[in-house]
Amino acid sequence: MSTQAAQTAHDAHTHTHTVKRYRGLLDWLTTVDHKKIGILYMIAGLFFFVVGGLEAILIRIQLLKPMNDFVSADTYNELLTMHGTTMIFFAAMPLLFALMNAVIPLQIGARDVAFPFLNSLGFWTFFAGGVLMNIGWFNGTVPDSGWTAYAPLSGPTFNGTHGMDYYVIGLQIAGIGTLLGGINFMATIINMRAPGMSFMRMPIFTWSIFITSVLIVFAFPVLTVGLVALMFDRLFQANFFEPGTGGNTVLWEHIFWIFGHPEVYILIMPAFGVISEVVSTFSRKRLFGYSSMVFALVLIAFLSFMVWAHHMFATGLGPVANALFSIGTMLIAVPTGVKIFNWLFTLWGGSIRFTTAMLFAVGFIPTFVMGGVTGVMLASAPADYQYHDTYFVVAHFHYVIVGGMVLGIFAGLHYWWPKMFGRMLNEGLGKLTFWTFFLGFHLTFFVQHFLGLLGMPRRVWTYLPNQGLDTMNVISSIGAFLMGFGMIVFVVNIIITWIRPRNAAADAWEDGRSMEWSIPSPPPEYNFKQTPLVRSYDAWWKEKMDGKTEMTPAEPVGPIHMPSPSILPLLMSVGLFIAGFGFMYDHLVLSIGGLAITFACMLLRSVFDDRGFHIDPEEEVHA
Amino acid sequence: MKRILPLLTGLALLLSGCGRADLSVLNPQGPVAQKQYDLIKISISIMALVVVVVFAICIYVLIRYRRRPGDKTIPKQVEGNHTLEIIWTVVPLLLLLILGVPTIQTVFGLAKDYSHDKNAIHVKVTSRLYWWEFEYTDYGITTAQQLVVPSNKKIAFELASGDVKHSFWIPSIGGKLDTNPGLTNRMYLEFPKEGIYRGKCAELCGPSHALMDFKAQSVSPASFDRWVAAMKAPAVMPADAHIAETFRSKCLSCHAIGDQGTNGAPNLTGVGGRETVGSILYNDVSPGAAEDNFRKWITDPQKVKPGTTMPSAADNQLTPDEINGLAKYLAGYKLNY
Repeated sequence: MSTQAAQTAHDAHTHTHTVKRYRGLLDWLTTVDHKKIGILYMIAGLFFFVVGGLEAILIRIQLLKPMNDFVSADTYNELLTMHGTTMIFFAAMPLLFALMNAVIPLQIGARDVAFPFLNSLGFWTFFAGGVLMNIGWFNGTVPDSGWTAYAPLSGPTFNGTHGMDYYVIGLQIAGIGTLLGGINFMATIINMRAPGMSFMRMPIFTWSIFITSVLIVFAFPVLTVGLVALMFDRLFQANFFEPGTGGNTVLWEHIFWIFGHPEVYILIMPAFGVISEVVSTFSRKRLFGYSSMVFALVLIAFLSFMVWAHHMFATGLGPVANALFSIGTMLIAVPTGVKIFNWLFTLWGGSIRFTTAMLFAVGFIPTFVMGGVTGVMLASAPADYQYHDTYFVVAHFHYVIVGGMVLGIFAGLHYWWPKMFGRMLNEGLGKLTFWTFFLGFHLTFFVQHFLGLLGMPRRVWTYLPNQGLDTMNVISSIGAFLMGFGMIVFVVNIIITWIRPRNAAADAWEDGRSMEWSIPSPPPEYNFKQTPLVRSYDAWWKEKMDGKTEMTPAEPVGPIHMPSPSILPLLMSVGLFIAGFGFMYDHLVLSIGGLAITFACMLLRSVFDDRGFHIDPEEEVHA
Repeated sequence: MKRILPLLTGLALLLSGCGRADLSVLNPQGPVAQKQYDLIKISISIMALVVVVVFAICIYVLIRYRRRPGDKTIPKQVEGNHTLEIIWTVVPLLLLLILGVPTIQTVFGLAKDYSHDKNAIHVKVTSRLYWWEFEYTDYGITTAQQLVVPSNKKIAFELASGDVKHSFWIPSIGGKLDTNPGLTNRMYLEFPKEGIYRGKCAELCGPSHALMDFKAQSVSPASFDRWVAAMKAPAVMPADAHIAETFRSKCLSCHAIGDQGTNGAPNLTGVGGRETVGSILYNDVSPGAAEDNFRKWITDPQKVKPGTTMPSAADNQLTPDEINGLAKYLAGYKLNY
């Protein structure tokens, strides 16, 4: 499991190629290599991003004119629920995991994550959950209570069909994957850093993922508990959230948002990391105020657990709770402001190169500020009585999630694409993607602030004419189509890049600062031939400035211990997938059979030790 | 980014009073909405300041420090600057203080409980899929869809739900509060200007969430007294004996008028005088629209409000003549107040 140098030396004589390496499709199904898992996460994430995007387009077509009947009221509620859930859990999260997997081990000088098997299991359970939830579309029972699934609308009394079962079981299975990922990256970053890389020498993206992982580990169990309770309500007639039999619906709101608020920070933290890296690289300048950036990340994460009730100002918690949560929420603006100004002063005095990745990053800064200031406006509870559940809120969270996180993800994808695939994305198409997506985004969501203030509640299937809402809804829909166009350009760019030769340089942008740019693009299976010695923050930049062309090694060349590929994670996820259907449709045989597959795989994994295999020094040279 | 400045100007224009007076948050018609609007103005001013500063620095650095072609120089690697970092920590804290103090004042100010105040009007609001019931506990009367209140008093609301969560919101009069099943929420509102305001359900509650509107009508104190008296007067049944019998057997098994029927569905006393049918079909669009609306609604309620529990004319075995008779009766059933 471990790839530490000491163990490598110890095992040097025992290496035997007992585990074969697969080729083709089987290679992708069995891989435990973080780089390949990163690519899997990216493909799955982009697929669900397209699905969620199409749902958004349908929503915007429906709202194009008042009293439109493009989709039915029922279908609209299904669309808005699936759009939200898909985008957050099955598009945003995997795309973040894609960047984490592709980059973190390289940034810290590791040969893989701490638990490669778990990494693969995390991907497959996420994927099984995502597929399960979307299967609802094919048999006409789709979740329709919003991504927040407020009880009792999501409970058995008012939601008798299987729609919300898909939500509950799908998220539960996908949640296992996310939690495993969080544990894995926490362990990786704590334990697998190359010699010399103290915490305060870690690249800021690594820091942001470390904090994200901590948030995942503390927040996702809360979701798990909530989903178990909702599942018991739905499948076994429990009474957690059924007011008729003594349950409490406000309890679900608390559980959901104690998870849900940290969740939105889980989404934005990695974007903070990406933006810091991209801004610093393309300004050719050290990140301004590194230690205050780290401190701001920690503080935001800490505060994120104590502001959940600001989603519930209109629930009726009383003035004391509302006042406290107002002030708590406002405080988050301070560390966030620190980050914004640090980015601006990283740019200040720099030598700024406008690549596509950099355009996304500098587009992020003002956009995220606009999302942030509406966040502070929402924090003022009495004003929120007006904003709450209107299009103002829709505008706000799309500014922070799309204008924040999605721009961050696209910055990251364009930035690390050569590292992941060895090919540079086309810059012209990339810039076209940026401008259409960026303009489309502001067109779509800026006017929604005013729609909300003029009295348009959110999650409405349609609206009456003559309420002053018509024009802005048209503008908003046009913007959405423009964003859709930008995404088509991005897909075209991927395809065009795919057929180009693999010729990206190791330091693809020439101004790379962290260690992923010191090894070939894409890196070999074992990443670092010799574990590097980290001599400073911005380790690779330091070596370059000292006139070196590679990192200073911390160990001699020797055989490298690698984890074996395994099909078990896929089988375990398939088992959970089958069991999920068994539970939903009351087929005991399916439930037990599915769980049996999963437990049998766990047993196999426990009984048979995976000793991995070794790559010899000679092989390394030819690799 | 360059197009943000004109947008900000537009924003200022929009804030100077915009949107329908009976619907817009930006056009407050009562003290509660006014206090909330004042807070919105304070916060938006502070935030506009922040946005302008950030945008100015951002645009400046992007232009000033762009890389010239062929430039290989390495800029000075700056670690940070304590003075600057203290400034951008302390200044936001001060700005938040400016917003935080009135926020807390208003939170407690709007939370005043008038439920035991004898001078206030007490209304119990019960939200149901997809309509609103208003019970005047002081007077023992119940109405639905159109709240009627006097312009000179505080209205103390008790909010409850008959099924799922809804949210009670009259944007130009005051912010929203959820109706939680199994729990009771309290709030107060004031309607100093006479008129009819649009209310909305603001919490996803099912297919017809978007159509779950209601009206709040503010009337003079004298008019309000007349309305209460009219509500308490004996019900006016259809003049035609057959229609009256149909109404009694088919409609009053769920609905009520005056002292007759049950309150399982919206109370229909004086329903013809309301601004809408089913809170979504407007009666003032043309003369005779009310009758058409009733006909439309009685014939196929699912078409108007998907998911409503009202049965269709076919389910009720109503003949076209009966539908016409009922529509005519309901459209003509108005209260004098």
